[in-house]
Amino acid sequence: MTDWLPPEAATALALSLRVSLVAVLVSLPLGVLVAYALARWRFPGHGLLNGLVHLPLILPPVVTGYLLLLAFGRQGWVGAALWDWFGFTFAFRWTGAALAAGVMAFPLLVRAIRLAIEAVDPKLEEAAATLGASRGVVFATVTLPLILPGVIAGAVLAFAKAMGEFGATITFVANIPGETQTLPTAIYSFLQVPDGDSAAMQLVLISVAVAMLALALSEWLSRRVARRIAGR
Amino acid sequence: MTLEIRLSHAFPDFRLEVDLALPGGLTCLFGRSGSGKTSIVNAVAGLLRPDQARIVLDGVALHDLPPYRREVGYVFQDARLFPHLTVAQNLTYGPRVRRQQPRGLDRIVALLGIGGLLDRRPGTLSGGERQRVAIGRALLSRPRLLLMDEPLAALDEARKAEILPYVEALRDEIGLPILYVSHSVPEVARLATTIVLVEAGRIAAAGPAAAILSDPGTATLLGLRDAGAVLTARIAAHEGDGLTRLQTVAGPLWLPQVAGAVGRTLRVRIAAQDVILSRTRPEGLSALNILPATIAALHDGQGPGVLVRLDLGGEFLLARITRRSAQALELLPGQAVHAVLKSVAVAQADVGGRTADDSA
Repeated sequence: MTDWLPPEAATALALSLRVSLVAVLVSLPLGVLVAYALARWRFPGHGLLNGLVHLPLILPPVVTGYLLLLAFGRQGWVGAALWDWFGFTFAFRWTGAALAAGVMAFPLLVRAIRLAIEAVDPKLEEAAATLGASRGVVFATVTLPLILPGVIAGAVLAFAKAMGEFGATITFVANIPGETQTLPTAIYSFLQVPDGDSAAMQLVLISVAVAMLALALSEWLSRRVARRIAGR
Repeated sequence: MTLEIRLSHAFPDFRLEVDLALPGGLTCLFGRSGSGKTSIVNAVAGLLRPDQARIVLDGVALHDLPPYRREVGYVFQDARLFPHLTVAQNLTYGPRVRRQQPRGLDRIVALLGIGGLLDRRPGTLSGGERQRVAIGRALLSRPRLLLMDEPLAALDEARKAEILPYVEALRDEIGLPILYVSHSVPEVARLATTIVLVEAGRIAAAGPAAAILSDPGTATLLGLRDAGAVLTARIAAHEGDGLTRLQTVAGPLWLPQVAGAVGRTLRVRIAAQDVILSRTRPEGLSALNILPATIAALHDGQGPGVLVRLDLGGEFLLARITRRSAQALELLPGQAVHAVLKSVAVAQADVGGRTADDSA
């Protein structure tokens, strides 16, 4: 990779891949839980949770980044506690970039999984219960296998979104090469220097390729959900 | 087996009040759609949580258990096979989630005739095949009670005819207690050993099938056009001209070629509108099947018809005639008459009640 990419660009790409992968893997279980709750349970605060999950989609990313800074910065009400108790901080670390990417990608992740869950007939889950399966077993043996393609599609989409996250990341953890400088922030930096155009263009092409690949993969997987639920 | 069901539940538009004590065999819950039959079955399965429920199966309080611990099999109207699993995996789902060996798999597969489908996926099956797999799946979960909610309603007549013998086999060969929801009188008459009539969330009548079907009061609840009694008959002989002679309490019946060995017990259904009454033994009539009977009761309905309950000597028959004929013949309870049967339907299976061998 380093043969044809400037070192800073290669570092940014590697970091972006790591940040996005961690963001998606960590948020995936929570995403499935939230999607299941939104799709299947009726509880007070249902609308509030739905709104909260979708907020990053609607808010200007810089606002989301600033809110993250307020909450998870070294002085933030969560960030301060994390620092005091565990000596851990998100501020200006790659983990912070992953948190920002995860939060920004979360609505896409939840939407895709929720759609897949809503396509599963609850009557199948009832049938499984009459055959002796407890709730957890029903989820593991009926619901999850049926929504798996949807879960993967959501994860792929979220990964692509995380790869492209800019506003919240730069606001929350800045643009530190080797620590928080991801693909988009690296492109931004290259465009600020006189001879950075070619490096920026290379990264732009990589970004386009990742996005296209992710979309195609997610489309293909979504079609598989439909087929699987039809049982052919 | 005994099954006690006491329910009370308020739905937005009606109230369900049930108090039943059921014996083994096949109990048909009969009633119009929306009368609450399915709600009763769902409450037994635990899919409906009624406001108040006491459901006891052979001393086990089901109402305290979550659905997955009730050991109650359920065959739904819409099969509900798992689309991502093959037929074989669907069949063994119950034992798998309970971490048991799928006992009796070969026998059940053979009983239901689904051996050729095991590798297929549910989406490729016909409606009748799907329903048989659903029955097999419920049976393999080793239920102590089987619930069937209009399992034939979504099927055409040919497919129904394909499934009915299997349901009869469950009742007679496996001896599994079955709670069967239906709104088809022929189905009820053919399958039920006990009938429960459900009307607007309440039990209108409940009792042994033969009694309910031959009681003019309850027969009208089943629908006048479908009213008709069920007799037990034994195959006496297959005669040379292609007729089979059946022996009933009131005398012989001849029917065209009934399948089954001599000595086998059958259940025959005689629709009330297929019975003609005569004060004297008719002569010069083409009808073969004429049974002597005593009028047990006359039941005036609304309209021009009268339902007559006939005592054949322990078993009962219903005849639906016009009030004008009843008056012209001066029919009264206690009178001897002859019942001329225009047609007789035979269910191709034993009458329930044979005890099960538990060899599965």
